[in-house]
Amino acid sequence: MNYVSSIGSYSIMVREVFKKPTKWPIMKSLILKEIDELIYGSMGIIIFISFFIGGVVAIQTALNISNPLIPRNLIGFATRQSVILEFAPTFTSIIMAGKVGSYITSSIGTMRVTEQIDALEVMGVNSLNYLVFPKIIAMFLYPFVVAIAMYIGILGGWIAGVFGGFSSSADFVEGLQLDFIPFHVTYSFIKSVVFAFVIATVPSFHGYYMKGGALEVGKASTTAFVWTSVVIIILNYILTQLLLG
Amino acid sequence: MIEVENLHKSFGDHHILKGITTTFEKGKTNLVIGQSGSGKTVFLKCLLGLFTPEQGKIIYDGRVYSELEPREQRDLRQEMGMVFQGSALFDSMTVEGNVMFPLDMFTKQSQSEMLDRVNFVLKRVNLVNSNHKYPSELSGGMKKRVAIARAIVMNPKYLFCDEPNSGLDPKTAILIDNLIQEITEEYDITTVINSHDMNSVMEIGEKIIFLKDGHKEWEGSNKEIFKTDNEAVTNFVYSSELFKKVRQMYLEERN
Repeated sequence: MNYVSSIGSYSIMVREVFKKPTKWPIMKSLILKEIDELIYGSMGIIIFISFFIGGVVAIQTALNISNPLIPRNLIGFATRQSVILEFAPTFTSIIMAGKVGSYITSSIGTMRVTEQIDALEVMGVNSLNYLVFPKIIAMFLYPFVVAIAMYIGILGGWIAGVFGGFSSSADFVEGLQLDFIPFHVTYSFIKSVVFAFVIATVPSFHGYYMKGGALEVGKASTTAFVWTSVVIIILNYILTQLLLG
Repeated sequence: MIEVENLHKSFGDHHILKGITTTFEKGKTNLVIGQSGSGKTVFLKCLLGLFTPEQGKIIYDGRVYSELEPREQRDLRQEMGMVFQGSALFDSMTVEGNVMFPLDMFTKQSQSEMLDRVNFVLKRVNLVNSNHKYPSELSGGMKKRVAIARAIVMNPKYLFCDEPNSGLDPKTAILIDNLIQEITEEYDITTVINSHDMNSVMEIGEKIIFLKDGHKEWEGSNKEIFKTDNEAVTNFVYSSELFKKVRQMYLEERN
């Protein structure tokens, strides 16, 4: 019953976010600030993780090819498929749920605890629009992050495969080009847009409606990460079934 | 003027406000006092429109809040200024940014006009040369001054303060109290202050409402409160040794 109530509250929150918009010049600066915090500020960790994940996928694929009849270009092929279909959109989103999600929950939660949200409401500002809408818009740039994660992941796989002596560069590149289905990239971007919305709104919900003090802000951040991850994993399954099934 | 008629507010099974009826007059500092848990903050949040009462009316100069359209309610809120207990300044903004925020949000003034207004109100609250400081760099008293400046920058008709001098030393607390009273008289606004500080009651309590367990136990002025025979009020007022001695001296003088 509690979950049903939370889903209802979340839906009402999302509706309120799009009501009574803040003045555009103010909103524009808020959006740019959020792009800096949420997107630009996450690039380092995303590039770092994608590079090594791509490398690990390439090495593990190479180590599992024991049959000499299996072509070596499978390393490039498996790296491409794994990175484009799952690691770049889904794994990166889980990382973002931790990094960006906890930032969103703690910043909004602290504003709730210190009555800054009440101050906005008393002034007649739609606090949900002011706080959450810029985050949603900023997160629409998330597919670019995923695109970079794809590129860096495949680059990591190529470096690990070639310089680790598991594959020649020609075999790896041949694998990358083998049976390439452009829709897989589209599928990945569709997922990333949906996940971006989840990463912006679920942690905002946990921060906005939290009660208590500093300790509860920490608890809300943890809960937000857990629920954002759960929602991403469930939606990943549903979207995969719908788009590829 | 704010009129409150038979206000009731509950949270689940907890009946917090039990039929409060009172009037807050224009140009006066109205104090709502009572022990912790008496319903003062809930009452103030109902006046601000942050909580919706189940029953009763709040009338702002003839406008019944619950009967207004959402847009009219938002417009009415722009006539209110609020000083929160913890100041509630926006951490990411400077003093100037905090005070300018309502102007930036709701007016079409140019940057220089807004800056002039911000400097005027900051000067009014005796806070100069702090425009570019962040809230984390300010003392408790300075934060309260910024909060007051932000509350009055839009020329509000109604000013609400929740424990405006909590956490301040006695001297600064009196300065903040006096500042609120001066601003109330100067701008002819209706001010409602939540407090449990007897010094505030003595200094600025032109009208006092005493709440007990969610209902209005007593109302009067700061002169009348020391003469009342209401037991709940006297227990509250004379809870400190200092005020007990004052009371004793008064009774001896009277007899």
